[in-house]
Amino acid sequence: MSTATAHDTHHEHHPGGLLRWVFTTNHKDIGTLYLIFSLVMLFIGGAMAMVIRAELYQPGLQFVDPQFFNSMTTMHALIMVFGAIMPAFVGLANWLIPMMIGAPDMALPRMNNWSFWILPFAGLMLVSTLFMEGGAPAGGWTMYPPLVLQTGDAFPFLIFSVHLLGISSIMGAINIIVTIVNMRAPGMTLMKMPLFVWTWLITAYLLIAVMPVLAGAVTMLLTDRFFGTSFFSAAGGGDPVMFQHIFWFFGHPEVYIMILPAFGVVSQIIPTFARKRLFGYSSMVYATASIAFLSFIVWAHHMFTVGMPLTGELFFMYATMLIAVPTGVKVFNWVSTMWKGAMTFETPMLFALGFVVMFTIGGFSGLMLAITPIDFQYHDTYFVVAHFHYVLVTGSLFSLFAAAYYWLPKWTGNMYDEKLGKLHFWLSTIFVNILFFPQHFLGLAGMPRRIPDYSVQFAEFNQISSLGGFAFGLTQLLFVYIIWKTVRGGAKATDRVWEGAEGLEWTLSSPPPYHSFETAPEVK
Amino acid sequence: MLVTKAKRLLATLAGWAASVYAGGASAEYALNLRPGVTPISREAYDLHMLIMWICVAIGIVVFGAIFISIVKHRKSKGVQPAQFHESTTVEIIWTVIPFLILIGMAIPATKALVAMEDTSNSDLTIKVTGYQWKWGYDYIDDGVSFISSLATPKEQIFDMQQKGENYLLEVDNPLVVPTNKKVRLLITASDVIHAWWVPDLGMKKDAIPGFVNEMWFEIDTEGTYRGQCAELCGKDHGYMPIVVIAKNEADYGKWLSAQKTASDAVAAAAEREWGMSELLERGEKVYNTSCAACHQANGEGVPGAFPSIKGSAVATGPSGDHLALVMNGKAGTAMAAFAGQLSDVDLAAVVTYQRNAWGNNVGDLIQPAEVKAAR
Repeated sequence: MSTATAHDTHHEHHPGGLLRWVFTTNHKDIGTLYLIFSLVMLFIGGAMAMVIRAELYQPGLQFVDPQFFNSMTTMHALIMVFGAIMPAFVGLANWLIPMMIGAPDMALPRMNNWSFWILPFAGLMLVSTLFMEGGAPAGGWTMYPPLVLQTGDAFPFLIFSVHLLGISSIMGAINIIVTIVNMRAPGMTLMKMPLFVWTWLITAYLLIAVMPVLAGAVTMLLTDRFFGTSFFSAAGGGDPVMFQHIFWFFGHPEVYIMILPAFGVVSQIIPTFARKRLFGYSSMVYATASIAFLSFIVWAHHMFTVGMPLTGELFFMYATMLIAVPTGVKVFNWVSTMWKGAMTFETPMLFALGFVVMFTIGGFSGLMLAITPIDFQYHDTYFVVAHFHYVLVTGSLFSLFAAAYYWLPKWTGNMYDEKLGKLHFWLSTIFVNILFFPQHFLGLAGMPRRIPDYSVQFAEFNQISSLGGFAFGLTQLLFVYIIWKTVRGGAKATDRVWEGAEGLEWTLSSPPPYHSFETAPEVK
Repeated sequence: MLVTKAKRLLATLAGWAASVYAGGASAEYALNLRPGVTPISREAYDLHMLIMWICVAIGIVVFGAIFISIVKHRKSKGVQPAQFHESTTVEIIWTVIPFLILIGMAIPATKALVAMEDTSNSDLTIKVTGYQWKWGYDYIDDGVSFISSLATPKEQIFDMQQKGENYLLEVDNPLVVPTNKKVRLLITASDVIHAWWVPDLGMKKDAIPGFVNEMWFEIDTEGTYRGQCAELCGKDHGYMPIVVIAKNEADYGKWLSAQKTASDAVAAAAEREWGMSELLERGEKVYNTSCAACHQANGEGVPGAFPSIKGSAVATGPSGDHLALVMNGKAGTAMAAFAGQLSDVDLAAVVTYQRNAWGNNVGDLIQPAEVKAAR
């Protein structure tokens, strides 16, 4: 269904029929396909979040049964992580990396086509599990055994779609690395690359390192279920906790896969609207690399309650706390870039500022969660839910909104409606805080996550959170309308678009030519 | 000062929300961790407050700088952008200071963690077993054991009845412990992973099938403390609460001997011959607490997930096979082994009930003695 939407919205201004989109090897076409796919998935995953918030509006069971509720939390997470946030950043990479480094296209265009066209089928397979005997997967997106082995007919389809999504990500990552390493314009040394390109280069290495680990973990689940192995069954000599170690060895780098490109986006936008160079370019690059390195040695902080030895708990606590240092360097850099600049507050800047403030709030709760002796209280409560939604919604998703508004005039040649853009920002920011801030209180007061019903002491904050959730969900329809309106027409954008914009993509026409740079520009 | 003001503001906000709320539940709400009733939980609380205030302080500095920039350094004020960038000194300062703050946090955190993980020299050991979806408790030294499951009636869950004060946080058989004794829990599970958590005791530990985890607490105030399973464990994950009652040593002793008398009575009951009507009566009760969550009160199950017992081949076939399935469970499915959870009488009663309810008219009856023989 997502692919059908992709075609429909693009008929009018890209004549050439459906097959053009199926066979395209152009980085801009593929970028557009990725972005539309992720937008469709954002709304499918968002609709599931609405079901969750509706059921949690008051104590008792009103709308769904607990099994379906668990399917909703599981599918919401899988769709948002693998269907919305990750493909959206790959879409941005496709559109922007060739234009930013002065290349005509991506290095491996046919693989680019393939890595996109796997996605709709993987997504469709995942969504189709909702209609299978036994229901959609309901064991959480983390797929912990033994619980996940109780999944009905959906089980092999879950595993296969995770495999497909992983294959797509790996191919996308290889393409990005090959493009960046081989296709930079003369004179563009590594330390002259825009930060968005840098963060994606590092992200792509993370993807190649960890997606195979996830594939291995879910394959072991598959053989445990169907082929009589006992990797994760204690009765057969295996270890259910081993799955958690393997999963989070993938899972922690995965959360940086979803946030490093966001850092890149924000590092492009803030200097533009502050009209001032990024304060510390090289320290930003080193901080990104440090975060990527640390992401490989902190995984067990997701599982402090499994009963690790004391020394293990101490190691993972210290390593996790260390992440605060490079992350702090980033935040301080953004603030110093704004300091004594000449700021204006167009929609991309508003979303970038919202990102810096609210991502930092998510960082604070992250630091609290790193402290093992109090993580025992926070673990698996709504405090954790609040934490990762602050970094993923007001972090990753807000940076994607910022990117969309920032580059949409370049992509389409039309300016978006600034008034509506600002309205979108303010409504989103107010409602997202009503949605997620009270969840900190719920978690501290003792509400576990992933429950469809709760004791009456949690009623008030759940109700506030649900109201914020419905309003935040509705607000996103405005985003679709703004994009649709911009694609259809509007004030013509200049090539530079923004007064303070720097970088090769702004030297191209708006919209840019089909093959970005046919002759490589010279970078001094 | 600031704290109380902020608390009052939030209290007003929550009060307003409570007045909007039409469910009629109590307006009790909470914003923060509770200090709890053990030395460990208080230490965790103090650490939590310390780290939170450090974060608030850093937040004031960072957000303050952003706010000043937004107000003062805006183009509409006619300012020219400064040109400064790259300063190694500044970079070193904002790397080293956070590092020192982190060390300041790590020291008390390490101390707290070392104390929490020290399960030695306990006075009492209780084995805790997580089942889908209830808890089992074994007082290893005293030979007392029982199953603890949700006591909230279905009518409250489906909004047909006013919700009680302890909605979803009440059980039939609470865990009873003595105050001022170091109680060590050995935590495991029989089917999937669960987590045992009572916020007032300051600790949470996963219950993992095939593995035994340890945790400890020493409660210094008599009272009732409530918690829940904290690891997603399937359909009724939200419906397996934990209730701990801390009694002084004398009351605890009385409770323990009453439990022993009761378990002797259960053992004695298994020795006699049971009649059909008393087995059916008891069987229905056992069915509703142990089986109905999956197979439903009408025995029809949930298509695709949990099989029907009504008219099934097992429930209308040979009684020995039926009993064996209930006692040993079915590997690879959610069907648990009930041999370790239910007494001989309860097993006999529930199998008899299943064979003679909802139009299953097999007519035979299983004696507790047969169950004993099958063990």
